[in-house]
Amino acid sequence: MAPFVQPSEAEKQRRRIVGVNAETVTDVGSTDFPGHYPGEDHSWDAEKFADTFQINFHKNEKFNSSFSLVGIDAAVANAFRRIMIAEIPTVAIEYCFVMNNTSIIQDEVLCQRIGLVPFKGSPQGIREWLKWYKKPAEDAPKDDQFNTCFDYNTIRLTLNVECTRNPDAARGETDPHKAYHNAHVYAKDIKYEPFGRQHKYFSGEGAIAPAYPDILIAKMRPGQCIDIEMHAIKGVGSDHAKFSPVATASYRLLPVINITKPILGKDAEKFARCFPRGVIGLETVSEKEAKAGTPYEGHAGEKKAVVLDAMKDTVSRECLRHEEFKDKVKLGRIRDHFIFSVESTGQWESDELFLESINLLKAKCQKLKSALDDMNV
Amino acid sequence: MSREAYTVPTTAPNLGRDQSFSSEGPAVNYLCGDCNSKVALKKGDPIRCKECGHRVLYKERTKRMVQFEAR
Repeated sequence: MAPFVQPSEAEKQRRRIVGVNAETVTDVGSTDFPGHYPGEDHSWDAEKFADTFQINFHKNEKFNSSFSLVGIDAAVANAFRRIMIAEIPTVAIEYCFVMNNTSIIQDEVLCQRIGLVPFKGSPQGIREWLKWYKKPAEDAPKDDQFNTCFDYNTIRLTLNVECTRNPDAARGETDPHKAYHNAHVYAKDIKYEPFGRQHKYFSGEGAIAPAYPDILIAKMRPGQCIDIEMHAIKGVGSDHAKFSPVATASYRLLPVINITKPILGKDAEKFARCFPRGVIGLETVSEKEAKAGTPYEGHAGEKKAVVLDAMKDTVSRECLRHEEFKDKVKLGRIRDHFIFSVESTGQWESDELFLESINLLKAKCQKLKSALDDMNV
Repeated sequence: MSREAYTVPTTAPNLGRDQSFSSEGPAVNYLCGDCNSKVALKKGDPIRCKECGHRVLYKERTKRMVQFEAR
């Protein structure tokens, strides 16, 4: 067999780029698989992958992180994104028992709102000790409803507020916060009621509480009250969005701006204005650059447009609409450079979410592998 | 196709709702539509607020628990 052909570095870089033109997008699919380029070796190799794969963190706040995965296939990057959205378990309210609700918001609407409130609590307790709640069968008798509720699978919460007039308020006070007590019902009014062994795992800092205490649940006026008991259980986002641990988990490809011919003077300023601030910068053409035979010949001392930070670009393609930049710039994206943005709702930390998505994908692969081993052919 | 003819009611008409007709029975709480005070009424009591005399009373919400799925 003939030895494999090695493509040049420039060719390899060219293959990574998705072209973004004024009206079309080109080279969308990846080509790094065996058989696409004759004579080249594109078989997947774990060692080669480990050498080329990179993860760079751009931002790593507690509940908001941004990072790049470089050198990975879109299928895998998308799997991580989907797992973060739909398969990482969190705790959310599932059952509401309305004892009383005389507020103007209807029972079913109120319960739906309460279900969407994100909760936080001891990570170890929620992830390791808390188990899945097994829903009773549809046709189970009503008395057996709570037979599967235990301290290790159900979190009990209550919401009991009554709106009253504030006797200390000034006459003619129009601000409902001052004129009444409990005019607004917030997420912080939801109280956690530990039972069984839960105090061991969910106490002090690790107690179950709303991640954002100031979420408005309902508004009331004097004489109205809400008295609800709630059961929170563990669930996944594929069942209901309230169980999704992320507010957003998305990725975009790294933009590329390739200035092929010099853009100078007034044009350079206009070019910079076609992009978000900080993407394009202006630099003075030096004597050295303006030597005879170069594209900058005779332009020493003028301003030229240079790419400062392509990552900030939104790829609006505005620059492609102007006649003066025709054939001077090529826009694109790097096909295997995924810039993830993961915003957590408070139960997991953003970077943990990504690590957990890797764990889950790994577990799925192992399950598939063992299933293939056990297959009876 | 003949319509059903009108028949004279045979049972005695009910007493007017304001006629006092005290009888035993559990007291039910109502809310006055005007002053919002609680009014406990028994069967046959005049439908009238004891505080302000308003004649519109509202029934309170049931005490029965209602279960919902938070979806």
